[in-house]
This record gives sequence, C-alpha cells and structure tokens, in this order.
Amino acid sequence: MSSTGHIKIPAVLESLPVITECVTGAAAAAGFSARIGDMELALEEAVTNVFKYANPGNPGEIEIDCASAEGKFSVEIRDSGREFDITKLPDPDLSMDISERPIGGLGAYLIKKVTDGVSYRRLPGFNVLTLVFNLGNTKH
Amino acid sequence: MTISTKKEPNALVLTVSGRMDAVTAPEFEKSVSELIAQGEKNFLIDLSALEYISSAGLRSILASAKRLKEQNGKLVFSGLQGHVKEVFSISGFHGIFKIHDTEAEGLKDF
Repeated sequence: MSSTGHIKIPAVLESLPVITECVTGAAAAAGFSARIGDMELALEEAVTNVFKYANPGNPGEIEIDCASAEGKFSVEIRDSGREFDITKLPDPDLSMDISERPIGGLGAYLIKKVTDGVSYRRLPGFNVLTLVFNLGNTKH
Repeated sequence: MTISTKKEPNALVLTVSGRMDAVTAPEFEKSVSELIAQGEKNFLIDLSALEYISSAGLRSILASAKRLKEQNGKLVFSGLQGHVKEVFSISGFHGIFKIHDTEAEGLKDF
C-alpha cells in the first residue's frame, strides 16, 4: 500500500477543517473523488467522537493515515484516548417521533452506512479505527 | 454556513447554505432559539443551498424541533439536495419531518 495522506494534530474541534482537507485531498489524488462526500461524513463523525470522548480535559493528539490500493481507499484514525469501540454501539431506533427521539447517537450509524468497511482495534495505549471506501461500489 | 431569514405571511423562511457540520451546527440551533424567543413559531427551513450535513447538523435540527414542539410550533423543510437528502434519509428524518421539494410548496403547509 502506498501512503497518500498523513496528519498528526491536536484532537480538538478546530482541527476538523484541516483533517478534512488532508483526507479529501489524498482521496482526490488517488482517484476517489466520487466517494469524497461519504468520506467527509464518516471522517467527521469518527474524529468528532474522539474530540468529545477520548480524553476529557486533556485532548492529546489524533493521527490519520490514508492509503489506497486495489480499488480501496482506507483512512486509519489513531487516538491515545481511553478504550472505545464505536463499531459496537447499537443502531438508533429511527422510528421514534420528534418528542421521543433522543438527541444524538446517529454518528456511529452514519459511519456504518456510508463506508464499505469499518473496523476497530485496540493497541497498547491507542484506539485505531479504520474506514474503508471502495472505488466503484458505492453503498447507496 | 450562512442563514438568511425572510418573513412570509404564515411562516418564517430560513435559508441555510454551505456546510452544517460540528463547527457550524451550533449557530443554527442558536439562531432558531433566538427566533423562538422573539415569538416565531412557524419555520420553513429551505436547504436547497446546503451542501453538507453531519450528525451534528441533525442534532441541532432535532433539538430545535423539540423546542418548537413544546411551544406548539412547526418546522417544515424544503429543497433538500444530494448528500443532504441522503443523510436525512439514512437517519430516518424523512419519517419525522415534513419535507417538500420547493419553498413554495413548503409554504402551503402552514
């Protein structure tokens, strides 16, 4: 796999535009322009989750590596926060009306819906979340 | 993200353009809150110029809708395009909100 995008930056909301630019730039350069909308969304959901929950009061850094090979573009997101597997969250109940419906809980679900693969692993001291996008095979 | 307002006889039209993401979405919720505080109850949110929305945008919309419901107000949408339409659909927002193709059609709902 050849690396096509890398960034290490404070894990705070203000970093979101720079992270997005890094990943979408790498995706466009690798010929994945058609998937950039999905990528932006999944990326925002994944990194804002880290900003909010990984290290309360002590944001630390977030590191992102993009790679493309064989018609797949992958975005690996690494943070040093407490162990948290976003892929294990239950799907939200989409049938509830405005009054009943809880605010929030859609981020992890959107990630699942717009990626072609999402996987989590815990390394010593790190959460690693990998988002995969296929070139031609969009999910919707 | 920019928000412009236009007073129609039966509703206030809010045209939201640009990006409604984790950075900008709180501005939407704040604007709607302020308008509710000023006595507005009927909102048509036109999203024909909105290019991008994330769960943060959906969260601010749902929070605004809950606040309006408590006041017996109404929140209707129009003009969703591409990515925004798709995110509304994935999230089940098509089932809980009234969504019209155009602003003119949306206004007939009030």
